This record gives sequence, structure tokens and C-alpha cells, in this order.
Amino acid sequence: MTGILSLTTFLPLVGVAAILVLRAFGNGENPRADSAARWIALATTLATLALSVLVVAGFDRSQTGFQFVEDSAWFAGLHYRMGIDGISVLFVLLTAFLMPLCIVASWRSITNRVIEYMIAFLILESLVIGVFCALDLLVFYVFFEFQLIPMFLIIGIWGGSNRVYAAFKFFLYTLLGSVLMLAAILAMIAMAHTSSIPVLMTHHFPAGVQAWLWLAFFASFAVKMPMWPVHTWLPDAHVEAPTAGSVILAGILLKMGGYGFMRFSLPMFPDASVQFAPLIYALSVIAIVYTSLVAFRQTDMKKLIAYSSVAHMGFVTLGIFSFNLQGEQGALFQMLSHGVISGALFLCVGVVYDRTHTREIAFYGGVVDRMPIYAAVFMLFTMGNVGLPGTSGFVGEILTLTGIYGANTWPAIIAVSGVILSAVYALTLYRRVVFGRITNPAVAALGDMNGREIGIFVPLIIATLALGLQPGLVFNLTNASAVHLVDAFRAATGR
Amino acid sequence: MNPQILVTLLVFAPLLGAAIAGLGGRRIGDVAAMAVTTGLLFFACALGWMTFIQVIWGGWPAHFTVELAPFIDVGAFRSTWSVRVDSLSAVMLVVVTTVSALVHLYSWGYMADDPHRPRFFAYLSLFTFSMLALVTAADFMQLFFGWEGVGLASYLLIGFWYQKETANAAAIKAFVVNRVGDAGFALGIMTVFWAFGSIRFADIFPQVAAHAHALWRFAGHDFQLMDLACVLLFIGAMGKSAQFLLHTWLPDAMEGPTPVSALIHAATMVTAGVYMVCLLSPMFEYAPVAKAVVTVIGAVTALFAATIGLAQNDIKRVVAYSTCSQLGYMFFAAGVGAYPAAMFHLFTHAFFKALLFLGAGAVINAVHHEQDMRKMGGLYKYLPITYAVMVIGTLSITGVGIPGIDLGFSGFYSKDAIIDAAYVAGRTDGISNFAFFSGLIAAGLTSFYSWRLIFMTFHGKPKWREAVAHDAHEDHVSPAQIETHDEPLDDAHAHDDHRHGHDEPPHEAPWNMRGPLLLLALGAVAAGGVFAEAFIGPERAAFWRGAILELSGAHILDALKSVPPAVVWAPLVVTALGFAVAWYVYVLREGLGARLARGPLWAFLYNKWYFDEIYDFIFVRGAKALGDLFWKGGDKAVIDGLGPDGVSAVSLIVGKATGRLQTGYVYHYAFVMLLGIAGLLSFALWAFSR
Repeated sequence: MTGILSLTTFLPLVGVAAILVLRAFGNGENPRADSAARWIALATTLATLALSVLVVAGFDRSQTGFQFVEDSAWFAGLHYRMGIDGISVLFVLLTAFLMPLCIVASWRSITNRVIEYMIAFLILESLVIGVFCALDLLVFYVFFEFQLIPMFLIIGIWGGSNRVYAAFKFFLYTLLGSVLMLAAILAMIAMAHTSSIPVLMTHHFPAGVQAWLWLAFFASFAVKMPMWPVHTWLPDAHVEAPTAGSVILAGILLKMGGYGFMRFSLPMFPDASVQFAPLIYALSVIAIVYTSLVAFRQTDMKKLIAYSSVAHMGFVTLGIFSFNLQGEQGALFQMLSHGVISGALFLCVGVVYDRTHTREIAFYGGVVDRMPIYAAVFMLFTMGNVGLPGTSGFVGEILTLTGIYGANTWPAIIAVSGVILSAVYALTLYRRVVFGRITNPAVAALGDMNGREIGIFVPLIIATLALGLQPGLVFNLTNASAVHLVDAFRAATGR
Repeated sequence: MNPQILVTLLVFAPLLGAAIAGLGGRRIGDVAAMAVTTGLLFFACALGWMTFIQVIWGGWPAHFTVELAPFIDVGAFRSTWSVRVDSLSAVMLVVVTTVSALVHLYSWGYMADDPHRPRFFAYLSLFTFSMLALVTAADFMQLFFGWEGVGLASYLLIGFWYQKETANAAAIKAFVVNRVGDAGFALGIMTVFWAFGSIRFADIFPQVAAHAHALWRFAGHDFQLMDLACVLLFIGAMGKSAQFLLHTWLPDAMEGPTPVSALIHAATMVTAGVYMVCLLSPMFEYAPVAKAVVTVIGAVTALFAATIGLAQNDIKRVVAYSTCSQLGYMFFAAGVGAYPAAMFHLFTHAFFKALLFLGAGAVINAVHHEQDMRKMGGLYKYLPITYAVMVIGTLSITGVGIPGIDLGFSGFYSKDAIIDAAYVAGRTDGISNFAFFSGLIAAGLTSFYSWRLIFMTFHGKPKWREAVAHDAHEDHVSPAQIETHDEPLDDAHAHDDHRHGHDEPPHEAPWNMRGPLLLLALGAVAAGGVFAEAFIGPERAAFWRGAILELSGAHILDALKSVPPAVVWAPLVVTALGFAVAWYVYVLREGLGARLARGPLWAFLYNKWYFDEIYDFIFVRGAKALGDLFWKGGDKAVIDGLGPDGVSAVSLIVGKATGRLQTGYVYHYAFVMLLGIAGLLSFALWAFSR
């Protein structure tokens, strides 16, 4: 099945072409063209999902190396290299899984420049899948950088009232990180004479050089995660982004940071990873406690969930830098689970936002009386966010905590307080929105979710519970690569 | 059918009921949802008793595990969905399914007017499933799953009347305080995992003896491994079982409907901590410091909760503090090594405490959802059956019986065994001695507040006629206290409805509430006498069949018969004393109680030693202040001020001038990026060509 990765990556662009053709031959912006764009986007994302399912089905879980590898020389030593392993395969699936939901979630709420919106999402999908499949530093960098543009546009054009500020903040932070990473990539190529990621993973950089390269990559990934204290772009970006934009942002774009640490920092700069692990521990536990407390005080639903994302990502970085199997598997799982749960939570906010056009928590109260189905769905994902066993949120949390405990008990002791704090802010949010008496007449007029909305949540509910009760669905696919990652790391550092 | 299939059916029957009532309740209707859940629960109850009898006296193996499916499986961190049955879990299966089945039935009557009955029954069944998953876990992950699952059900049921702000607050408080315990529990599990390389009980227990003196580095200090692990795990038990310091959620949990209080917050969930300590007896037996901690916390809770119980006016709160106190007895029994006595008290307590709660529910139901005992009185004439069973429950909880001929109510056998066990253990160590005296004094207090409840409710002048226009808030001594009023407030006029309800005289509960009361009363009378020999007698090894490890404590229970008569009779004497004082204060000198209630000591007890106020000040306000500081000071002022806002000030001026994002900026950005990529490419070409 060679070539299936490129096909999956670029299939969304076929949809873009179809929309453009339609637009060129149609008579500009009219409801029918909008409707066609929606359907094309949905069909394309579903086809991409089907392809990615094929990829996962054809994935050999016993192999530790890269699979479906494509390697074609361009010119003068440049290569186009694609391939996946157990660490990246599920991110491809996650992206393809969330995209159709985003399209459906935007079905009615986006009425302005629908064609451009759908194009932006399809391009974004293509670039994001490309990031996870790229096996060449240059190809990776191109995908990694270019996906900023559609995201920037989605926030800046279809965002809320303060979208310009948010878009620029997003831009500035990520630009800072990218510049440093670019410099590191240049240095790596100069030293190793190759841009092949698999080769670089076995290349040994001198310890002094590793530290600088590690820091440069760290700048980029820390912003993406986001880690404390470079997290402040995230709440603003989320608040201003349209619902589907938030889903992609939280569900997928944040995962590039963690993916980057596992793909680059650990295998390529193992000594530096050990050296800087205390820094990661410190920033992660600060993130967990600090942002959980900040989340508790938010008055905007989306901001609260955005801050809770930062806290949850703190568990991911702790897991990755615990350098043991439980930590790595937990971090991978936590990223996937958070992609589903936080995506679902942003969609939950979107459901009521579409009806009332406000995200103020104080506006609501007593929603359950008018929207019982919504209340049940929201409860499930709130519990997932809290990390209740039986939901996917639990598995990642307990494994990353176990992993970090094995590396160092201090961060585990502090991070475990996140388990308490998440209950505080998540249940308080739920109580203030869903429970209580209806005091606002606008809430009394709400209607429950319609078929389309329920349809969006069904796959997310299934994913949350299936992964929570049978996490082996993930671990079976990731195990060989995670074991390999840990073994190679131990061999390289002699730990 | 073979045992494996039967116990699996037993565990999953309530889940099936919960799914049908929860997902299909609207389609199949209220009665069908209630019938399905209740029916499946009685089915599970029958299987529970069958399992109990077969495992202990019948032909089934002493212990067996049904492995259903893998759960978490990462390296050595392996957990399997299982049903593990031994004598210990068989006892719990009986307790859980019996009380749950009776509470399901009772709820037909108690919740008759509630518009959300399918949801209520679905939650009850979901709780039962979680509890069964907890007691049949074969490893720490499933134990934790059940542990948090019952916490979820508890949260949902405390907040069942979601329009009541107090109920919502109490639900969150319960969840969060339990989470504090669970954080310790999780750290304990991690300690066990890294020390033993497994989270399965069957792998861990045989290794413990070899690790008895191992040291463990934790938070920069070297601890005794077993003491550290067991103390951390016990923190989880303290949360779930509402022990001293983590007890504050239990009284507030009384906001939930009374059947919930009986099932979850008296008979089953709150005893999960005791179950855990007994289950882990192979670990605790090698952790002397942890056992001392368990003993002290248990003894302090037994005494402390009893003192608060003296001063409460809400009928459910009295019973709630009594639960707290009785759980303390169970813990210090386990702490001194008398695990069988702890489990025996858990067993008898389930009957008499569920009885007291359901009886209190019948009273509340009779007087139109009034819970303040000062507005009751003289009810025995109207509620003869409820009165009779409440008196039985009180005789049982106060442990009335005659030591000389060894005959008494259920609580007599289990509670006196615990007090005597603490005495025996106390001969050699001071901590157990402390537990003995705490337990003895608490027994006297238990008698006082239990009889106070009976006298204020059923005797004296009827006050429920005057209480027509009651004001719930007149006696608010502290603003932080949540005043419990067990009433569904689903429609805005509920207050008006029950106001004119007071015109009718109190009425006895319907049959579906009386039936469970009578069955539980039977248990409160006889369960102790019937099972005492089996649970704690000299032949108890044949009952427990290896499910509990007794090392240091083994001689304690064997020595119970040789305890001096003064000690044997002491509990009865203090109980009689408590009864006499209560009789004097609340019957002979009616009105004296109200005068006593004006004193400062009484206010201190009524306000629960001000724990809620202190916690609110330190933790709730502290978290809010820190959150605001980090948000407004940290994020906005420092990070954004120095970072992006400073840098982007120029861009923002441009941005605000144009008012919206122009595509031009994107072109600029894309152009810069293209430049970068062009540079990158040329550099790469240069590098490769070298």
C-alpha cells in the first residue's frame, strides 16, 4: 500500500479543487454554492477518514520501525519522505476522525464566506496529516509551518469580536518558536548531512550541541503544547475561534507539541532530554496547578475549557519526560483522549452558543430542564475531563502519573493535585450551566439538541467510552513503537 | 450453571437495569423502568446470597476469579476486568445486593411523586454495579474504577434534585473531598506498582513479607515501604468512608433523597474504605505505623462524630454523624488487627443503619418532608410500625444485649467485640488503649443521641401541628452550614404544596416502604446472633477461608472470652447511662434540651467544630484568591504584559485601525514564510552538496 499516506494527506486538496471548480463555473456566492461546498467538504473528509481507517487496518502492530514508507528523491539530495509508526498512526486517524465532525458542526453556524471556510478546513486537514506523516525534516517543517496559515485565517476571519488580537497573539508566539526550530533544523542538516528523520533518530549529536538543538525545538513545541508560561495565546485563540476551529486547535494542533517531543527531542537529543527533564517537570507541574486554579475562576465557558487543556497537557509532558513505558504510552493516550474529550467539550459549548450567542457562564443555569439530552452528553464529557475511570480521560492521567512517579516522586505528588482541581473547575462549570433553577428567560426558551447535533456527538461518545473501557485498542497499535522508543532512549543514555 | 457464570450475571444485572432505565426510561415508562431495575436487583440479591452460602459453606472454591477482558495493559501495569470472589467479597455481595434491593423497593413508595423516577432508579442501579465492581476487583485499577464509579453515582444522587442549590453544592463537595482521598489512593497504587512490579492483588500479596523492611524513597525521604504504601492507600479510605479530616462531605450528602442516604451513605459505599483495609490486610499486617494511623483516625472519628451527633436537630444529620462514628469503630478494629470484627460490624451496621435511615425517611414522608426533629414529637401514635422498627434499630446500634448469656441485638455482638478487641490489644500498646476508651465513651454518646432522636421524634408534645409555616432558616447559626431539607422541589410551588399538607395527620408509610423496614428490622435483631460465631468466633478461619490475613491480631479475637467482666459489662453500663440522660433531658424534663441548646458548647458541637468554616476559609477562598492572582496577575499582567502585548502593541494599533483582519496580513505572513522556506532549501542544497 505504498503511496496511501500521500493519498491520505493530499486527498483533502482534491476537495479544495472541486470546490474551486464549482465556484469558477457557478455564479459566485449563493446559497446553493455554499451548500455544495459543505457537501463536498463533508464527502472529502469522510473519504479521508476511510483512507486513514485503511491505513490503521493495514498497520502492522508488531513492527517497531516506520511503515508505508515513501521516499522519492527530488533533486540535489532533497527527498520527499513519508511514513508512520505506532506513535504517529493514531494522530492521522484522530485528525481524519475530527474533521468531518467539524464540517458538520459548522453546517449552520457558519453562514459567511462558506466556500472559503470549507477550503481553509480542507487545506488545514491536508497539512496536519502531512505533519504526522512526514519523515523528512524539510517536509515536516513545510507542513508544520504552513498549517498556521489556515488556522490563522479561521480565527481571524470567522472568529469573534476580538479576533484580531487573538490571531496576532497566536501568530507571534508560534512564529517565535518556528524561527528557533528553523535554525536548529539548519544546524542539524549541516552536521548530519541528511534531513531524513529515521536516519537522524539514530544519529548521535555531541552532548553540547544536543542541548542547543533541544532548546530550539523546545521553543517551538512548548508554544504548541502549550506549556506554562507560553500558554496565554491559547485561551484567547479558543475564545475567538469558531467552534470547529476550537475543536481542531484543542483536538489536533496542540498534539503537535507532544508529538514533536516524542519524534524529535527524545530520540535525537536523548542526553539533552535527560538534562532538561527537571525543567519540563517544573513547567508541567506549574501548568497543572496554576492553570487549573485559573480555570476555576473563568467566567467564559470556552476560556475555562482552554485553561483546562493547558493543565491536561501538563500531564502529557510529564509522561513523555518520564522516559518509561507507562509514561510514554500514557502521554500518547492522553493526547488522543484529550483530542476527543476537549473537542467534544468545545462542541458542547458550541451547541448552546449557537442558540444564545454567549459563552458567559452566568447567563445560563437550569439548562437541564430544557435540554435533558444535552445535559447527559455534557455530563459524560465533563466526567471525561475530570478523568473518571471508564472514560478515556482516566487512562492517560493514571498512566502519565504512574510514569512520572517512576522517574521522580516529587512531580507526581504535585501533579496528583490536578486530579482534585479538575473536579473543582469542571463540576463547578457544569453546575452553573446545567443545574439550578432557570432564572434567565432566554434559557427557558432553549430547545434540545437536534438530530444533526446528536449525530456529531455519537462518535465522540463511543470513542470516549470505548477507549476508557478498552484502552488496549490504542495500546495494541502503539506498543511496539513505544517500547522501541524507550529501549532506544535507554540505550542512548545508558539509564 | 457454574459459579463463574452466576457471579458474572450477579455483577452485571444491575448494570443492565441501569442501562434500560437510564437510556430507555422515557420510552418504556416509569413503572417499567422501576420494575426492571428492581427485578434485576432482587435477582442479583438472590445470586448474592447463593454465592455467600456456596463460597462459605457450600461446594464452591474458597476463592476464584473470572477474567472477562483486558483493561489497562501497558508493560507490567496490567489490569483485567474480573470478578474475584472469596469470603470477603461474598460478605460484601450479600450486604450490597440485599440493601440495594430493599432500597429499590422502598423507593417505589418514597419517590412516588417524583417526575424523574427512571433516572433515579437508573442511578441506584448504576451505583450498585459500581459497588459490585469494586468488591470483586482483582487488581487496583478495577478497584479504583469501582471506587470512583460509586463516587460518581453518589454525586449524581446527592444532586438528584438539581434545582436545589444546596443539593448541587453538597454533590460537588462530596465529589471533591472524595477526590482528595483518591489522590492519596492513586499515589498509593503507584507506590505499590513501582515497588512490586504489578497492580494485581494475587501478584502483590505473596511478595509483601519479603518487602516487610524495605525502604522507599518518596518526596526526598526514605520511608518504610509498607507503611508508606498503606498510609497513602488509607487516605483514599478516609475520603470514601468520611473519616476525621475528610468527613465534611457526609453530613451534607444528606441533601440527597433518603433512600440514597440509606444505601450509599450508610450501608454500602461509605464502608468501602473498611472493605479496602480488610482486603489489603496482607499488606497492612506488615505496616505497623499505618495500622497505628488507622487506629488513631478511626478512634478519633468514632468519638468526634458522636459529639457532633449530640447537637444536631435534623433527623438525617443525626443518623449521618452516627454513621461516621460507627465507621470509626470499624477502622480502629481493623487498625488493632481485628479485621473480622471490622467486617462483622460492617455487616450488622448495614442492617441497622439502613433501617434507621429508611425509618427516618418514613418519618419525613409522614410529616410532609419536615426534617427538623424540634418540629416533630408524639409521632408514635400515628406511626406505630415506624416507631417499632426505629426502636429496634436504636437498640441494635446502641448494642443492647446481656453479656453474661451472650444474647442481644445485632449491634451488641459486633460493637462489643470491637471494644473488647481494642481492650485486649491495648494491654500491649497505648494507641489501642486510646481506641478502647474512645470507643467506650463514644458508645455512651451513641446511646444518648440515638435515644434523643427517638424521644424528640416520637415522644413528647406533638409540634408538627404548629410547624405549618415553618421557616427553615431561623436557626442558622452559621452561614456555611447547609440546612438539609429532603424535599423534591421540581415545581416552583412545592413549598406551597407541602404547607397545606400539614393539615392532615401524619400517616404510616405504604406497604412497599414498610416491607423493607420489617426485613431490615429482622436483620437488626438477628444478624448478629446468627453470624457472630462464624465471623469472629474461634472457628472463623473456616468462614474467611484465607481471605483475611491475621498475624498480630489473631490472638486478639481468640482472647475475647477471657476479657475481665468489668470490661465486658462496661459498654452496657455507658449505654444505659446515655439512655438515662436522654430520657431525663428529653422526656422527664421536656424543654430542658432546648435550654441546653443555648450554651456555647452546644453551638460548637452544632456547628460541627467549625470544620466547614475553617476549610472554606483555607481551601475554597484560598483557591479562589490564588486563581485570581495567577489569572490577573500572572497571565495578564506579567506574561502578556512582557510578552505578546508588548511586542504586538504596534501591530495592534494597525489592527484596531482597520477593525478587522485584512487578507493583506496573511499575504505578508505567507511571503515571509516562503522566504524562509526558500532560504531553508538553499541552505539544505548547500549542505547536501558538501
